[in-house]
Amino acid sequence: MTKTILTVDDSRTMRELLRSALVEAGFNILQAEDGVHGLEVLRENALPDVIITDINMPRMNGLEFIEAVRADRGLRAIPIIVLTTESDPAKKDRARNAGATGWIVKPFDPQRLVGAINRVAA
Amino acid sequence: MSALDEIRIVFFQECEEQLQELETGLTAMAGGETDADTVNAVFRAVHSIKGGAGAFALKQLVGFAHVFETTLDEVRQGRLDPGAEVMDVMLRSADVLNDLVAAGRDGGEVEAERTAPLLAELERLAGKGPGGHGGEDEDAEPFSFDDLDFTPVAFDLGDLGDLDGGGDGPKFRVSFRPRPELYAKANEATVLLRELGTLGPVSTTCNADALPLLDALDPEGAYLAWTIEISGEVTEAQIREIFEFAEWDCDLTIEALGLADLSEIAVPDAGADTGISVADLLARIQGELTGAPAAEGPAEPAPAPAAKAEAKPAAEAAEKPAAGGEKKEEAAPVIRVELPRVDKLIDLVGELVTTQAILSQRLEESGAAATGSDLMNSVEELQRLTRDLQDSVMAVRAQPVKSVFQRMPRIVREVASATGKKVGFQTRGENTEVDKTVVERLAEPLTHMIRNAIDHGLESPEKRLAAGKPEEGTVTLSAAHRSGRIVIEIADDGAGINRSKVREIATNKGLIPADAVLTDEETDQLIMLPGFSTATTVSNISGRGVGMDVVKQSIEALGGRLVITSRPGFGSTFTMNLPLTLAVLDGMVVRVEDDTLVVPLASIVVTFRPQPEDLQMIGAGQAVKVRGSTLPLIDVGLKLGYRDAPADPLTGVAILVEGDNNRRVALLVDDIRGQRQVVIKSLEKNYRPVPGIAAATISGEGRVALIIDVDAMMSDQSFDQFILGNEPIAAE
Amino acid sequence: MSSVQRKAAFAGQEMIAFRVGEQEFCVDILAVREIRGWTPTTAIPHAPHYVLGVINLRGTVLPVVDLSSRLGFPASVPTPRHVIVVVIAEGQTIGLLVDAVSDILSISTDMMKSAPEIAQDQTKTFITGVVAVDSRMIARIAPERMLPERLRAVS
Repeated sequence: MTKTILTVDDSRTMRELLRSALVEAGFNILQAEDGVHGLEVLRENALPDVIITDINMPRMNGLEFIEAVRADRGLRAIPIIVLTTESDPAKKDRARNAGATGWIVKPFDPQRLVGAINRVAA
Repeated sequence: MSALDEIRIVFFQECEEQLQELETGLTAMAGGETDADTVNAVFRAVHSIKGGAGAFALKQLVGFAHVFETTLDEVRQGRLDPGAEVMDVMLRSADVLNDLVAAGRDGGEVEAERTAPLLAELERLAGKGPGGHGGEDEDAEPFSFDDLDFTPVAFDLGDLGDLDGGGDGPKFRVSFRPRPELYAKANEATVLLRELGTLGPVSTTCNADALPLLDALDPEGAYLAWTIEISGEVTEAQIREIFEFAEWDCDLTIEALGLADLSEIAVPDAGADTGISVADLLARIQGELTGAPAAEGPAEPAPAPAAKAEAKPAAEAAEKPAAGGEKKEEAAPVIRVELPRVDKLIDLVGELVTTQAILSQRLEESGAAATGSDLMNSVEELQRLTRDLQDSVMAVRAQPVKSVFQRMPRIVREVASATGKKVGFQTRGENTEVDKTVVERLAEPLTHMIRNAIDHGLESPEKRLAAGKPEEGTVTLSAAHRSGRIVIEIADDGAGINRSKVREIATNKGLIPADAVLTDEETDQLIMLPGFSTATTVSNISGRGVGMDVVKQSIEALGGRLVITSRPGFGSTFTMNLPLTLAVLDGMVVRVEDDTLVVPLASIVVTFRPQPEDLQMIGAGQAVKVRGSTLPLIDVGLKLGYRDAPADPLTGVAILVEGDNNRRVALLVDDIRGQRQVVIKSLEKNYRPVPGIAAATISGEGRVALIIDVDAMMSDQSFDQFILGNEPIAAE
Repeated sequence: MSSVQRKAAFAGQEMIAFRVGEQEFCVDILAVREIRGWTPTTAIPHAPHYVLGVINLRGTVLPVVDLSSRLGFPASVPTPRHVIVVVIAEGQTIGLLVDAVSDILSISTDMMKSAPEIAQDQTKTFITGVVAVDSRMIARIAPERMLPERLRAVS
């Protein structure tokens, strides 16, 4: 069955890059522009298999978004991969503590991203 | 066009938006608004540019954005105070970032002399905060290639594995004991085991020793551990990669079987020493390699996961039931439409308006529809709907002038630094909306006038101090709607126009006769004459081959007007008065001889029939008394050459019009036919500008009607001189 | 008004020929957008005598040049029998008033000759060559030179 990925990123460029790479790899895509929008999308659609989120976003950043997902009984089982330009280990720890499943540094290699998705998607 | 090329276009569009955000944010910060939202928005703008630029391998842009972002982060974290000096560096960095984006788009580079000093300043600022972060610096620099030293080790492991003599017998023993945190982060032991199975033949042993009795079992606990022996063509790096996300939340050991003597150089240890995981390292290298395909090694691990994905059995047992059903892409709240589509729509609506007008007129002429009849009511309803439709469509094109205003602070900084003048720059009315075409075509004249205001308008700091003024000059750019048009003003508090000097130059250049009698206002306008330049030496700021005459023409080409007012010692104001749209205009339809003309409604104060007692001759011209003042009465037919002899004012209709500077005259026409919204058509496109005529339109009869240029009608200049192109200023 | 060359024979240029008074002129068919009947024009103030005015061509404001007058012959007195050849020249669309369209010519380069020296100066400005068809000499006009110069300030 085709897996569905929710991408949460405020950058249109990043959303397009992700869409292009993931659709190419045969995934369905849901898109959101920030954490608040991401939660809305999660409420209004069938649950995605994996969430890929940016950290720096307006309104609700990636860390807050991950925490919100992990705090929700219906959503908490969804693996979340953080996709960000940050490579600072301290920030990576904060994302892990918030409940991130994995971490990929931008600019991403599409094959690697797909590999990571397969490693976390049940 | 490939998908990537299309995304590249999206990227540069987005960059433009981010750069504007950046400019707005930095300007606000420089003005003292350093709240978290503003600072975060600024940080995000640079961060987004950097993120996208990485995907397109724009290394120079990425490198600069990274350093810029790091310094902004210091401000964001409260470790660096955004004082004047810091903000100055930030603003200049934004300018360079602008150039880098442009260079990235056009395939060029920005000279290192321009980027290097700012990079140094940014780095100095980033390191200067009291809580300077020392060791963190190294990690916060993801574009350093220092860590690449580790890669040969990682890649060579595959080759070392081959010493073992191929796929016989297990090669690695993996011991894996998840901790509860692993499950809390939605990692699944079963998924990891499944993925291991794709690397090669595995034999898995489950260890349930830690499993408590049922009543003590925490449903979210982690009690199972596994030992997996894996054989075949597999490297430790591949195994590590599978556990990349899990290894922090599990106890993981990987033993290379039969190669014990080599295990000491295993990558994880090397990574652990520096506090960087292999996974991190790989991720970063991978990221770099994305933009540099030449750097591929023979054992490059990247293709492996993809190969695994394809080799995976089709029937995945562990599919999540909730994931079923059709998914649709999330619709964005804003749709982006290509401008040509909107313009096509506007054109069509324009034609509809014209056709509707023709229909109404034909009906009226045919006498088929009496006023108040059902047919006439329907026609009126159609007219209203058409009008509403047109307004709605026009609104699509309306844009705040903000986008062009935001480009000006940079100009101000550049000119200020080139001239050594101190300039405070203020904008007002940024959200005033006007047609997109007008907005776009404002950039050039505004740029020039702002350069002019600083270069020629403002005095040097010394002169200002000597004149008892504050050292810093002020340039204000403002926009406002006024009677159906937009008025944009550029005001400076400089020395004002030096009228005697202007006069001297104009006389020397033969632009005016030496004995010309000019009012102060008329003298000020001289600087807009072709061939005039106030600078005795051409400075490299204003003198870019563009004179005020060109600025004036570009504004006139938009159906606008440029007027200069100046007070010696107090400064000058350049006022542009422009139509809100280049597409429609409310007009009064008038008749002159056999021709139909349109007078813009916005200029009309009142219409009246001249009475004999109100008329008088002043010199060779006629004047009319209206509302207590005596104004010139201009015979439109005579002025435009429709007739050779003046018409009798008593048989015509006078239209009191007001132009720039509140100047009023009365225009004499033969008859008034009514009011109508007309679609503006360019006369210049296929012909050329016509003095006295602003544009053309299509009349109710389907014929071309000309729209009168009210200000040109007021001018004392003879249009014949205008045509020759050598118009002298009228000497009175 | 005879002998339309058969264009199937070679891949040459095509020209539209038209009559102005007793003379015949032609213009490259690629420059011609359409040919339409005469409709009354709206006069333009201070226009040169050869610019008859503007007409509404489906929403476009089209200046109409009296070709006869422009080439130095007596001004035309337009009637419904006159036609307007709509041409595109240097990005501008203009109409040329002519008496009638006379021919469509397929010509090869060897039929093109440079403008004769004897032509008077004013005419020469607008003629870019002469096409010899049978016994006729048809002057080829340059549509881009038909409008008056733009105002100095604008160009």
